[in-house]
Amino acid sequence: MKEKVIGRPAGLYAEFPRKGGAAPTATHYCPGCGHGILHKLIGEALGDLGIQDRTVMISPVGCAVFAYYYFDCGNLQVAHGRAPAVGTGVSRALDHAVVISYQGDGDLASIGLNETIQAANRGEKIAVFFVNNTVYGMTGGQMAPTTLIGEKTVTCPTGRDPRYAGYPLHMCELLNSLQAPVFIERVSVSDISHIRKARKAVRKALEVQRDGKGYAFVEVLSTCPTNLKQDAGSSTRFVNEQMEKEFPLGNFRDRSDEVETLCRSVSDFTKGSIDKAFNLDTEASPDAVDDPDFGQVLIKVAGFGGQGVLSLGLILAKAACRAQRHVSWYPSYGPEQRGGTANCSVVISGSAIGSPIVYESNILIAMNRPSLEKFAMNVKAGGVILYDSTIGDYPIPEGVTCIAVPAMEIACKAKAEKAANTVMIGVLKELGITKLPTDVFAEALAENFAGKQKLIDINKNVLEAGAQWARDNL
Amino acid sequence: MVTQLIKGNTAVIIGALYAGCDCYFGYPITPASEILHEASFYFPMLGRKFVQAESEEAAINMVYGGASAGHRVMTASSGPGISLKQEGISYLAGAELPCVIVDIMRAGPGLGNIGPEQADYNQIVKGGGHGNYKNIVLAPNSVQEMCDLTIKAFELSFKYRNPAVVLADGVLGQMVEPLKFPTNAVQPQVDTSWAVAATSQTRQNLITSIFLDFEQLEDFNNRLQKKYELIEHQEVAYEKYMMEDADIILVSYGISSRICRSAVEQARNKGIKVGLFRPITLFPFPAKELFKLAQTGDSTFICVEMSNGQMREDVLLATRCMRPVELVNRLGGNLITFDQVMQKIEEIAKGGST
Repeated sequence: MKEKVIGRPAGLYAEFPRKGGAAPTATHYCPGCGHGILHKLIGEALGDLGIQDRTVMISPVGCAVFAYYYFDCGNLQVAHGRAPAVGTGVSRALDHAVVISYQGDGDLASIGLNETIQAANRGEKIAVFFVNNTVYGMTGGQMAPTTLIGEKTVTCPTGRDPRYAGYPLHMCELLNSLQAPVFIERVSVSDISHIRKARKAVRKALEVQRDGKGYAFVEVLSTCPTNLKQDAGSSTRFVNEQMEKEFPLGNFRDRSDEVETLCRSVSDFTKGSIDKAFNLDTEASPDAVDDPDFGQVLIKVAGFGGQGVLSLGLILAKAACRAQRHVSWYPSYGPEQRGGTANCSVVISGSAIGSPIVYESNILIAMNRPSLEKFAMNVKAGGVILYDSTIGDYPIPEGVTCIAVPAMEIACKAKAEKAANTVMIGVLKELGITKLPTDVFAEALAENFAGKQKLIDINKNVLEAGAQWARDNL
Repeated sequence: MVTQLIKGNTAVIIGALYAGCDCYFGYPITPASEILHEASFYFPMLGRKFVQAESEEAAINMVYGGASAGHRVMTASSGPGISLKQEGISYLAGAELPCVIVDIMRAGPGLGNIGPEQADYNQIVKGGGHGNYKNIVLAPNSVQEMCDLTIKAFELSFKYRNPAVVLADGVLGQMVEPLKFPTNAVQPQVDTSWAVAATSQTRQNLITSIFLDFEQLEDFNNRLQKKYELIEHQEVAYEKYMMEDADIILVSYGISSRICRSAVEQARNKGIKVGLFRPITLFPFPAKELFKLAQTGDSTFICVEMSNGQMREDVLLATRCMRPVELVNRLGGNLITFDQVMQKIEEIAKGGST
């Protein structure tokens, strides 16, 4: 037979200087290993499809950790199992990139199983080449998630026993249950006829990337003579006769013809666009002015979740901001906020604010009894407590003014049951104890309900009703 | 200047947007979640990229991917989530990738609770992942700085090709204050000398942290240490408040420093000479300045922090134990109270404690 010399795939470097050592054209892989064959198939396709400039190859942790020695394209080396997440980051940042995630069975199906499934499920534009040789190679022959039942490895020396170690994971089948992937196929590189089919699948997966269509997954049944203690013949037979039985070859899915190119957005970095996103032209306040004579007003607002306690505090803060005071607002947060009681601290000051948390307040607004009981003792002498009159009688702490405001009643009369908090703001406005000018409260309300004219009108009415009640009764 | 009332967590995203951040990758966790929420709203609005990742590990590795592309990318989390990200942060430092990580600290260890604490100091300032690396660490103490130091973090991370962390806490994340919006928007450029940007120009580039050869890895490690020395030389930032004649020096960062500021004012009203030294960069730590202070006076230092004295260890090192370094702290999600700080100040002013 005449010798036929096949050229070097364009996608692989001619020499491997990153590897170093005495043999600049030899790979670091063991004799008989399937990685070399798959590298060649990918390298060939990269060249033929003309996508080397656009390609980002991700080397995993495992025997292919040094894939970047060989592939003539942009290269990343990443943490164990995280290649699909890194690939997601690359693909989102670079919409035009052809992203390749090259992973072994421990990397992809064990430590990186979550990343694998989730990236597939998001339909990331990544070609994943999954080398399944049923064993951890680089770390020295431990059991993999794909190790066959009865197969011996250094960590299942008597053979994989499903009673203790479960069953081989079928990645193609698993991923085929998802909606997003475009292409899924299982191939083998055990011998020439299998390699021919594998070549087509590799090419297809990369065409899907070239066309920006989405997620492609190629599982490659491969040999590991070193760790499985096999010779050339027995390693081929092992793949063909035993692995194929457990992992049947074939195409699971090819939707490349029906799927459109997925184009993601172009980033806008212009200042004008960011300013617009925050409505800076319409929703800006003047800067605070230092005025040490103003001193500080410390306010605590508390009640049940849903009584508008936090927004009451926020509206006061907005009012103070409009009056060019220094101000801070700090809420109770998390589960506390979602169930049961809520409270917030508001500090209004004539100078830069130290602590934003109010322990002892000048003003307490309590919308329910537990809040009143919890915080009333921490009101400073000369301070004011506003509480909803439905709470009923409460022993007044010494030196503190206590005002029972029929806030809920006033709000209900105005057909705005949820606006009891706004009644309280009306009373505060009329009393003048926040030391803020009266006009800023209505402005702050309008800002708070930005754009919802109906709500603004209702709340302004309620605000005035609160103020009126204060004028009539205090 | 344009000012709005803004929540601390929102201010982070505002800073990121003006800093030219292209991608946000994150996972929900209280009390940092609003950063994720705001990113999911504003990033797509501006055509920028947002992914809610399947895990903290995935989020930090998406950051690795976006950063490898030379883009400005970020993530944010809180204590337990940051612990999960540490592997990725070590890889980012090892591959010399710039990125911004925001930690809105909560109380630990373990699941702890969602109250504020400052106990991620060690895991962020001292490393946290494996290997001889350091993060650049910035510690805001106001909503304004949540924005401004996020911008600064991007600048420094790209200047030094190193992860930068904005280390804040639950209070700073949740509180609302007026924010002066940035007056400049960064137009990010890809550095083609190292980035893998899927172009012919960057085709030969490689991002990796593996060095099989021991000598090579030692050289690389030494080069990293040189970089950290340079950062220590050039980027230390701190604030001094009423320090000129201080007999008692409060050392405090983040929200605790705000409480200290109030205490300094109160103590001065009572005639006690107290000052506040606030590190703004935690790495590089302002050790030289603290050493100078310890050398020149007979002052007493009080570290005020919501941890078991994690920063105090650095203050002790910096002052070489020449002066007493006291600790005022609370743990478990409790805030340090103004009274607590005042009590310690008065105790020391009376000579009652060393």
